[in-house]
Amino acid sequence: MTTLDDLADVRAGDKGDTLILAVLPRDPADLGRLRAELTEATVAARFGLAADRVSRQVLPDLPALVLTLAGVLGGGVTGSLGLDGHGKTLGHHLLGVELSDG
Amino acid sequence: MSASSGPSVRLGAGAGFAGDRIDPAVELATHGALDYLVFECLGERTVAAGQARRRADPRTGFDPMLSARLRAVLPACRQHGTTIITNSGAANPLAAGDLAVAVAADLGLHGLRVAVVTGDDVLDAVLAEDPLVWETGAPVSSGPVPLSANAYLGHEPITQALAEGADVVITGRVADPSLYLAALRHEHGWGADDWEAMGTATMVGHLLECAGQLTGGYFADPVTKPVPGMARLGFPFADVTPDGAVLLGKLARSGGLLDRRTCREQLLYEVGDPAGYLTPDVVADFSGVRLLDVGPDRVSASGATGRPRPDSLKVTLGHDGGWVGEGQISYAGPRCLARARLAGDIVLERLTDLHGLDPDDVGIELIGAGAAFRGLAVPAEDAQEVRLRVAARVGEEELALLVGHEVESLYTNGPAGGGGARSGATSQVSVRSCLLPRTLVTPQVEITEVP
Repeated sequence: MTTLDDLADVRAGDKGDTLILAVLPRDPADLGRLRAELTEATVAARFGLAADRVSRQVLPDLPALVLTLAGVLGGGVTGSLGLDGHGKTLGHHLLGVELSDG
Repeated sequence: MSASSGPSVRLGAGAGFAGDRIDPAVELATHGALDYLVFECLGERTVAAGQARRRADPRTGFDPMLSARLRAVLPACRQHGTTIITNSGAANPLAAGDLAVAVAADLGLHGLRVAVVTGDDVLDAVLAEDPLVWETGAPVSSGPVPLSANAYLGHEPITQALAEGADVVITGRVADPSLYLAALRHEHGWGADDWEAMGTATMVGHLLECAGQLTGGYFADPVTKPVPGMARLGFPFADVTPDGAVLLGKLARSGGLLDRRTCREQLLYEVGDPAGYLTPDVVADFSGVRLLDVGPDRVSASGATGRPRPDSLKVTLGHDGGWVGEGQISYAGPRCLARARLAGDIVLERLTDLHGLDPDDVGIELIGAGAAFRGLAVPAEDAQEVRLRVAARVGEEELALLVGHEVESLYTNGPAGGGGARSGATSQVSVRSCLLPRTLVTPQVEITEVP
């Protein structure tokens, strides 16, 4: 079984109640595969969100994918009662996404 | 930008947040041949929290570590002609400036010029203009009166202070990258409407503003991303030429790592739209940035650009957020998850039934069984150790303290084997955002020479 963790790094950041995940393929050649598999719908499902809460940008030069997940932080750093109000740990939840073996 | 490749300017990162380490800044100030050392010390809530402290004591409200930071780096900065720029003034830049003058005088740095930038406190203008609050979509006047309102200023007042010969520039709320952009514009004479230059300088500021996050901090993983020498993680610097060529680096003597991978992660950190990163100075576009390893701990960055700046400035509104009380207790071994769940149920029932809390204001986490992933992952039923954390949002300190007491009372009244209880209560500042027309914000610069 291949997971995102086998191919890419993820950096989590926050802006208000929006979680921002940058997905960084370790081998630039894997960008196409990640682009095909790590769709907005896949990411939304992973985080229990409606599909329209996730948007994605592809940056071929770096290369990277940037995902924004609206409303996932429960009010953000000032509103959440959870320990990790920023959602800094949540990038590693994305790393567990299973990819098709190929 | 200028066509000349000319001498480059070296900007060093001295801090990436209010509580950051001091020794890496001293190392850079001593051995880095810096032209500028920049301390970014303000999170989104920091100014609002500082306003609350200032109300309690008018001499406070700025970064409590300012004195220690300045005392540590000022001698080396004076020796090497390094100018310091910092937003440590937080909610009280004038008091921070007085402190900086006193510290410099104490160190015998006669003639040092300390500039203070004010004008980010826009509470009166916000109350008069009554803009819409982003989070509610309703005018400011329809909600509780904000305790504070601070606009994200751009680079201009800092550049003005540098033109007036400042050796130390202290500000309140200024957009983080603008702290760096101000120095580049001053040194290279770039036009404020040279959008490619402003985009490039914003990229430099964005890469450096979190300090250790460019050199392996918030990056390292012992398996996938090993970083050497993290206990002595060095902070980064950038060399920028008049024509906008950018070379990032760190001192060889320090720990950490600076390469394409660390820079790529930081370039996109907290950037929701890489093609339209809004600052008071420019709408920066990082989407075409190219990063290249050009030597050990040396990366070149090119391809940033920008578009005309927004007409409005973002304002952070601070509100009294009441109190949060919390308590934690651990369970281990057979059925620890079940015992922790039972413990959580007991505390929740007592907080709601006996103390009248709304269940929606109580958060229960089972640390070690998937709490960080907020219930998105399947709980680890076979966990060998689970720590219950109960947190509740309440109006008063007395009620906040009760939350911890209820968790501690599980020692003798709760499930078997509960240990290591801890509790706490903290007052909260909550923040919201709005926009204010740029024309309503008037930054000012005041310079004092150390006697």
